[in-house]
Amino acid sequence: MARIDVNHVRHSYLPNPQKDADFALREVHHTFEDGGAYALLGPSGCGKTTLLNIISALLHPSHGELLFNGKDVTNLSTQERNIAQVFQFPVIYDTMTVYDNLAFPLRNRGVPEADVDRKVRETLEMIDLASWAKKKARGLTADQKQKISLGRGLVRSDVNAILFDEPLTVIDPHMKWVLRSQLKQLHRRFGYTMVYVTHDQTEALTFADQVVVMYDGGIVQIGTPAELFERPRHTFVGYFIGSPGMNVMPVAIEGKTATIGSQRIELPGAPKTTAGKTGTGTIELGIRPEYVRLGRDGMAVKISKVEDLGRHKVVRANLEGREIAAVIGEDESVPAEPKVRFDPAGINIYADSWRVEMGA
Amino acid sequence: MDKTWNNKAWFLVLPVLVLVAFSAVIPLMTVVNYSVQDTFGNNQFFWAGTEWFEELLSSDRFWEAMVRNLVFSFIILAIEVPLGIFIALNMPKKGWGVPVCLVLMALPLLIPWNVVGTIWQVFGRNDIGLLGYYVNALGIDYNYVQDPYDAWVTIIIMDVWHWTSLVVLLCYAGLVSIPDAFYQAAKIDGASRWAVFRYIQLPKMQRVLLIAVLLRFMDSFMIYTEPFVVTGGGPGNSTTFLSIDLVKTALGQFDLGPAAAMSLVYFLIILLLSWVFYTVMTNYDAER
Repeated sequence: MARIDVNHVRHSYLPNPQKDADFALREVHHTFEDGGAYALLGPSGCGKTTLLNIISALLHPSHGELLFNGKDVTNLSTQERNIAQVFQFPVIYDTMTVYDNLAFPLRNRGVPEADVDRKVRETLEMIDLASWAKKKARGLTADQKQKISLGRGLVRSDVNAILFDEPLTVIDPHMKWVLRSQLKQLHRRFGYTMVYVTHDQTEALTFADQVVVMYDGGIVQIGTPAELFERPRHTFVGYFIGSPGMNVMPVAIEGKTATIGSQRIELPGAPKTTAGKTGTGTIELGIRPEYVRLGRDGMAVKISKVEDLGRHKVVRANLEGREIAAVIGEDESVPAEPKVRFDPAGINIYADSWRVEMGA
Repeated sequence: MDKTWNNKAWFLVLPVLVLVAFSAVIPLMTVVNYSVQDTFGNNQFFWAGTEWFEELLSSDRFWEAMVRNLVFSFIILAIEVPLGIFIALNMPKKGWGVPVCLVLMALPLLIPWNVVGTIWQVFGRNDIGLLGYYVNALGIDYNYVQDPYDAWVTIIIMDVWHWTSLVVLLCYAGLVSIPDAFYQAAKIDGASRWAVFRYIQLPKMQRVLLIAVLLRFMDSFMIYTEPFVVTGGGPGNSTTFLSIDLVKTALGQFDLGPAAAMSLVYFLIILLLSWVFYTVMTNYDAER
């Protein structure tokens, strides 16, 4: 197990990157603590897999360095870094039995056969495939195959970290839950440093202690699931996490008051920003649908649609010409002359898409 | 179980049946007809029974040609398959080198067989041929016209030159279908280059390799044009394969009866071998 420092790493797939846009990974500077469970969350093409492959040395970064427990490993090979990685599509060695598949990484490293046997049997128990040990690996189902891929990572007890690259993509929804909770258990029991790449927020939020949200080749926010939900640092995080995503609307700020069209909203404090006032940049107000209160007082809205999701309803409404969403309880009803209030606890102010603190 | 008999479907296969009848069954029957009779021309036939078959199966000439065929097939498979795999492994997987390599590889396959024979016939001559002349200039006594050993070497090199590409292209197709993740996983698992070949590349190529072996075996077993053009079966009978022998018997000597018997035996051998290959392949499929 190791602490992984990613120091100012930039990566481009082009031979001569010039502009920022040439970089798949603009700049990542982050520390993955020893024994932490991290999720890298972001849309396709945001650089999460690139970052993962840089950590496992499948890619060499264009700039920057990597430290494992403070030791520079930037120029070490995948083998020397001693990393386990599970890929999106299960990788199994067709011609081998399940047992041999798991033994493969150990035998490649010249581990004595007695130890191999002990470790493989332990791992088979762990991933619940003990009764399949003697079977050829190619006849298995997708989730069993993925368990083998996973098992090949777990079988090496001395790995510095286990990396997951959207490992549950090809797995049935029901098995996803099972495998995810098994991973979580393994993490608790053995304290592996785990980095889990996904574009599925549920997966990220349930798996990780710390979620690293990536957008357009950079990290936009690192935090616990609650922090990401309550205080998104960037409007992208607001959109991306939560369903439906955060309502974001341009506002004008005057002290502790925000103005949307003809409506005035009292803020919990005065935002500490100069943007908007000096005529540069945009100022936006973000509020999650969960903090939009629908009732008989506040700002008048026009309801366009009510989506009943079973556990709650999502109300799509029009406020001063802008679409907003609100979440209401399953048995609440929509008033005849609907109005909305924004719960001050859920209001965030963004200048040029980045969150600004509010003063007293 | 109730089974509905519907014979109308036969009409759908009728065109094929007719076609196959004219192209294969009827000619084959003529051959069967010839093989049990003797003729001196003028459409006069005499019943010969199994005489031609007995003569054939007890003739050294037939068995020698057969052994030559088998040895030849075995040698070229032993060279072309490993060589083809080796070349395929070393071909570029992306970039401008891919089309260049593919075209270069396809070139020998595009040349008509008798042209291949002619090329090598001239190439190997020690008076005007590039190969023959310079090999002799190096002090190696090489003359495929007189020396059976040289004739064999020439024919084998020619076949390797002509057909290794086929194995390469088939293997290459198998190789490029392997997703990158397999190589990445192998790196993570610390696999050696040999282990990658043994456990990833070879299993993925297994199917195409089987086809390559089958095609190369069948083709080499019925090889005719190239050695005929280069050596004409000589020197002596040293490169006379079954097909060449057959043509000599049928068209050179006009011994239609023995030639027909030989055709049938040849046909049965190929049928048997094809069946063996087919069984091996389907068993392999079933195992998957």
